[in-house]
Amino acid sequence: MMKQGRFKLCLQLFCSFFKIGLFTFGGGMAMIPFIQRETVEKHGWIEEKDILEILAISESTPGPIAINTATFIGYQKAGVFGSAAATFGVVLPSFFIISIISLFLKQFMGIKAVEYAFAGIRAGVIALVIKALIKLFKGCPKNVVSYVIIALAFIAAVVFDVNVIIIIISAGLIGLASLLIANNRKKEVTKK
Amino acid sequence: MIFLELFYTFFKIGLFTFGGGYAMIPLIQSEVLAKEWAKAEELINFIAVAESTPGPFAINIATYVGAEQGYKFWGIAGRFLGSACATLGVVMPSFIIILIVAKFYLKFKNNRYIAGAMSGLRPAAIALIMSAVVSMGRSVFFPAGFSWSVFASYEFITSAVIFAVMLTLMLAIKKLHPIALIGLSAALGIAAGYAEKLFI
Repeated sequence: MMKQGRFKLCLQLFCSFFKIGLFTFGGGMAMIPFIQRETVEKHGWIEEKDILEILAISESTPGPIAINTATFIGYQKAGVFGSAAATFGVVLPSFFIISIISLFLKQFMGIKAVEYAFAGIRAGVIALVIKALIKLFKGCPKNVVSYVIIALAFIAAVVFDVNVIIIIISAGLIGLASLLIANNRKKEVTKK
Repeated sequence: MIFLELFYTFFKIGLFTFGGGYAMIPLIQSEVLAKEWAKAEELINFIAVAESTPGPFAINIATYVGAEQGYKFWGIAGRFLGSACATLGVVMPSFIIILIVAKFYLKFKNNRYIAGAMSGLRPAAIALIMSAVVSMGRSVFFPAGFSWSVFASYEFITSAVIFAVMLTLMLAIKKLHPIALIGLSAALGIAAGYAEKLFI
């Protein structure tokens, strides 16, 4: 009986996240309204306020937000199997659709009009990325340390071509160090 | 073995990108271009394809690159296996890490060391996306390398105009859907391409 209830829940998780994966274009933050509708309003798996916390966790852990959210909610509702069902569900639509598209993309690219279209799209996509960048910048802590990290990381990447992973790890360490230094200062101030 | 390499490479991409979406572009660029799995131009084309198809960007790109590389190696069966390996690779790190996090949810939430590291990671992600914009700009506006004569070329001028129009629209209309923007850029690109044939 217990087992059957859990299986049903896993199936529901799979279906809901399949829908979320199928209907959100562009991924990331575009998924939030859909996740809200499926998990809060329709199934009541989590509360409205939980969504923000789950998003914060998703943002601060590696990987795509959709996967993180699916795994997290799945685990909270039905353990490891629940998280596997939800994650599998959210991945499957893209996997199918891109598998089919990849069959035709190369031939498709040979058409003159398509070639022109993509020349335009490539220019437009840069605008798209810049807009996402502006959004992210608004959410970033506004202090000297973050500005210094932005400048250093940008120069390291563009001018010196430093490996991205090295940049990310160093930035994490700088953030940690600045926190520890700030804490030490606070302690010294209170001692005095 | 290409399939193991696909899994490993996308595992690395999944493991080291925070924030998802566009934050993945710099690492995908450096990994995929270094291995010559795709050209810079193809990658930008594919950003548009991924943007106009459902699902998370990382999954789309992993599936596509995996299918292309697997096909070269094993034909149709390789196509499926390659995309499965790459997709599994990019999903695995998040899956494992979130399982651990979900277990220790409350502890993780209040851990100040993690908060400290995060305060460094967020600005770094922004810088990396900025650098991705620079390299995308290079391959769109100066595909054959920089020279002053490029500024007078038809391709440069049309790309620059399309870019400027799209950026203005994006900033002016907050709710503008990415697909609308991509459709519009495509239309302008086609118009510009045929206009060159007709008039120049």
